[in-house]
Amino acid sequence: MRSRFQKGLDELKERLLEMGGMAEAAIELAVDSYRKRDGRLAQQVFERETMINESERSIDELAVDLLAMQQPMATDLRFVLAVLKINSDLERVGDLAVNIAQRSLDLAQEEEVEVPVDITRMSAAVSTMVRRALESFLSAKAEVAQAVLEMDSIVDRMKDEAFVNLVAQMRQNPEQVRQYLDVLLITRSLERIADHATNIAEDVIFWVSGADVRHNARFSQEPDSDAPRRE
Amino acid sequence: MGVGIEVKDLNAWFGKAQILKEINIKVDPNAVTAVIGPSGCGKSTFIRCLNRMHETNPDARLTGSVQVGDIDVYKPGTDAVDVRRRIGMVFQKPNPFPTMSIYDNVAAGLRLNGYNKRHDLDASVEHSLKMAALWDEVKDVLKKKSGSSLSGGQQQRLCIARALAVQPELLLMDEPASALDPISTGKIEELIFQLKTQYTVVIVTHNMQQAARVADFTGFFLMGKLIEFDKTEKIFTTPSDKRTEDYITGRFG
Repeated sequence: MRSRFQKGLDELKERLLEMGGMAEAAIELAVDSYRKRDGRLAQQVFERETMINESERSIDELAVDLLAMQQPMATDLRFVLAVLKINSDLERVGDLAVNIAQRSLDLAQEEEVEVPVDITRMSAAVSTMVRRALESFLSAKAEVAQAVLEMDSIVDRMKDEAFVNLVAQMRQNPEQVRQYLDVLLITRSLERIADHATNIAEDVIFWVSGADVRHNARFSQEPDSDAPRRE
Repeated sequence: MGVGIEVKDLNAWFGKAQILKEINIKVDPNAVTAVIGPSGCGKSTFIRCLNRMHETNPDARLTGSVQVGDIDVYKPGTDAVDVRRRIGMVFQKPNPFPTMSIYDNVAAGLRLNGYNKRHDLDASVEHSLKMAALWDEVKDVLKKKSGSSLSGGQQQRLCIARALAVQPELLLMDEPASALDPISTGKIEELIFQLKTQYTVVIVTHNMQQAARVADFTGFFLMGKLIEFDKTEKIFTTPSDKRTEDYITGRFG
């Protein structure tokens, strides 16, 4: 194995995991800023986002350098392609954390209202998905990634329930529509973060197994019926 | 039009050393097939078995069968010279006849096959040089310049023109661009792409990027065995066998 190339791959993995850590922290801070009505925490999310954006650029650059100079093949090629896509997903996670923080700042200006949505529970599920997706990337385990895909529908249901409950509240208390809308937007951002975690998991499965499981195609460890001709 | 190839239970030896072991492969007509593998894996021997070049070594022998279009290559009674006329070959190092003019290099095979009419030869030389994407560069010096006066890349295209002049059904190329600069390599690769509309091409290459660029199918050989044969994009993105994966990612050994 070419040592310079291997070093590049290792560095790419390390930097992406570092960025994943920043994205996870940004989600946690954003949700805390909502729960505690704390503008300082929201500010920290904005700062994280700048760091995440810088990280995205540097990872893209390194990945493109590896593609151009080392011409990776097979698992290495899939790895670099997966990194490029995960990089983009994590950057979007950073943006969505900013959206949550902005809504939290808005809410902090408004009269506090009782909301029929358990944001803590929903954000815990979403954070778990992101963490597991990153764990599957760290450990190169397709089965861990598969478990993330299965969690997505739980978060989708939470968002749908939140929508129904919040619309009902808006009808009952039209003077508090603004607060309910902010919460609705927060649930939407959380659900979209879960979608990005799903994308990350799909990319890990692609890297590890070569299988394309996007758009509801399931990962299978069964041999391909269209198997190639071999010795 | 190109022809298909079917190799069954092919084993080949040099003396006591077995170079190829139980090779079975089916190649589609008008496709480019790349043969890759580490040095000594048997890939050059494999393509030399396709046109009976293997047996030109006195120690060589083989078992199994090779069918190229309607030619049963090893059927008793099949004429080896006829096989080699119908299956052209281009080697790693360009080998034009050094003292012959460009024209005579291309016409040599035709003359050996009894074509002597000036008009026919002129037309065939022009057609072959055009097929080999060399015509525009040499049309004014066809009889003035020798084959060896051309650049390395031009010499290789001259050898391809020479191989095409006798209208082979299959073209074998043994590392045809390994001694060439990137510009000449690009021309040869473009030429291979154009040739497959009319010929079946089998190319041995050490350059995996080249295999990925030019081939529709790729076979990976290791220690005399065909480990994996599949569509090129499959081999280079998601190979099925770990040995193929290890080789193409440089983790081999």
